[in-house]
Amino acid sequence: MTAARMLSISKLGKSFGSLVVTDKLDLELGAGEALGIIGPNGAGKTTLMNLISGAIVPDTGAIRFDGRDITTDSPQRRCRAGIARTFQIPHPFGNLSVFENLLVAAAYGSGKREAEVVEACGSILDMTGLLSRANRRAETLTLLERKRLELARALATEPRLLLLDEIAGGLTEAECALLVETVRAIRTRGTAIIWIEHIVQALLAVVDRLVVLNFGRKIAEGEPRAVMSSAEVREIYLGIAA
Amino acid sequence: MTAASPRFRMTTRTRVSSWATIGAAILTAGLAALPAVASRGLIQDLFFIFTMLCLAQYWNLLAGYAGLVSVGQQAFVGLGAYTLFAATILAGIEPLTAALLSGVVAAAMAVPTAFVVFRLRGAYFAIGTWVAAEVYRLVLAQVKELGGGTGTSLTMSVVSSTAGLDWVSMAFGVRTPAARDIVVYWAALALLVITLAGIYWLLRSRFGLALSSLRDSELTASSIGVDAFRLKVFVYILTAAGGGAAGALIFLQSARISPDSAFAVLDWTAYVIFIVVIGGIGTIEGPIVGAVVFYFLQTYLAAFGTWYLMLLGALGIVIMLIAPKGIWGSIADRFDLHLFPTRRRLVVTSTRRTGDDRQRARQSGPPSGQMRR
Repeated sequence: MTAARMLSISKLGKSFGSLVVTDKLDLELGAGEALGIIGPNGAGKTTLMNLISGAIVPDTGAIRFDGRDITTDSPQRRCRAGIARTFQIPHPFGNLSVFENLLVAAAYGSGKREAEVVEACGSILDMTGLLSRANRRAETLTLLERKRLELARALATEPRLLLLDEIAGGLTEAECALLVETVRAIRTRGTAIIWIEHIVQALLAVVDRLVVLNFGRKIAEGEPRAVMSSAEVREIYLGIAA
Repeated sequence: MTAASPRFRMTTRTRVSSWATIGAAILTAGLAALPAVASRGLIQDLFFIFTMLCLAQYWNLLAGYAGLVSVGQQAFVGLGAYTLFAATILAGIEPLTAALLSGVVAAAMAVPTAFVVFRLRGAYFAIGTWVAAEVYRLVLAQVKELGGGTGTSLTMSVVSSTAGLDWVSMAFGVRTPAARDIVVYWAALALLVITLAGIYWLLRSRFGLALSSLRDSELTASSIGVDAFRLKVFVYILTAAGGGAAGALIFLQSARISPDSAFAVLDWTAYVIFIVVIGGIGTIEGPIVGAVVFYFLQTYLAAFGTWYLMLLGALGIVIMLIAPKGIWGSIADRFDLHLFPTRRRLVVTSTRRTGDDRQRARQSGPPSGQMRR
């Protein structure tokens, strides 16, 4: 990558009791870059998302964003700095309408007044296919719509780094293809993306670089197709004997 | 994105809410003019409703919106009341001015209180607030200048120094005690209007949206930039200020104070919670309904003493079980009725592209070849 490093993670470590979920992890991300992360269940993918977004604090190591150390910053501070995330299990504001879910994210994430963000929220709802649900309460949404709302709400904060945690899980092929289109459209705006996904095909259609995690460690990194065809990855991730 | 993006507009107003706003304005004007015709008893009863409704609105904001279930709001009622007595008796300040000061002092005392109780969560927070209130009660019982444990009364000179008393006596041709009731009635009405308008404005601002988001998921709220701690402390201090001012008016009206009455958990928290719960928590309209219901229960059943309290408790439990959203909440759900709506609705104003994205999705279809390698 020639672009300036936007996110820089060094020797990041996190344990839950004796279980090491992130093990001396180094990771770099350039501005506007799209990085895919794959790995078996329990590889520490979601923990990594939580560490970057600030939901949990690492035991060791440092996270720098735009050259600033954000290792101990609160999630809300990181959000205002430009990092947004989706949750693997959707966490909508159930009693708010879909539109209000975005409105509050836009108003607080970008620090603007409500009236200034209405247009942007409407456009994001349109882009994510939720416009017809705008004034419904979020708890009335189907699971798939909730997943789209996760993405829409994260986008409403005007992130420069978007963390996507398994947003394609459970989608049909057609829906998945639409999602890929949406994520590509987000990329073209210059938003950097880290995408954790089990559906590798969806990832390969979007990302520039692929990282494979296993037991909290990075076991492979590089050009997506090259990574996927390496023997170690096939063995560990796909369970195919090399 | 090929077609021009649709344009959007946001609105909170409904036809019902426009009428409700006009109705509220007329009602307020009517209530302000009421002392010209009403009996002294009615004025006193309305004063009671107004002050209880203020406390109920604060508790509703605290518990129903910020998720802070406090059972120690009597701390601020008591602190406000004692501030009034100290300021008027010891410092000779005019009572209505002192009531404003009570709000300021209660808010100031909420800061160190928050420092302690915000370390606690859930049930522990509730108990912590109660303990804090007891501490304030015990401390003020030590103050000899304000009557210690037995309390004290406002002197005649203090009472008659209340602003506007002479004018009201002249204008309505009433004696000083009745004039005093009218003045504190107006002060309570003013506090109520400020409270209701303020909370309504607050909930319609982006701050209200953030509070609602906290109520639903604190985890998600923090991920979109909402500072939960800051918001909660702000609400706590704000409701303390209101509680202090209300407490000052309540005890200015009765002109008599004691630590037990000023920091009474039953009067200033249990009844208040009852009002919010039976009316409907998490709405502005709910506590209004609750306060009126509570007034009638109090008027007709208070003579039964202990049985009355048991009935209140039983009624509260029944409502929680069969209609957890309270009387107003059930009506609002049934008829989709919101007099003071805070829900923002998105309106698509351009016809160039309608909101029917499902149809659009079908038309464009899945891009082929995207998925398969």
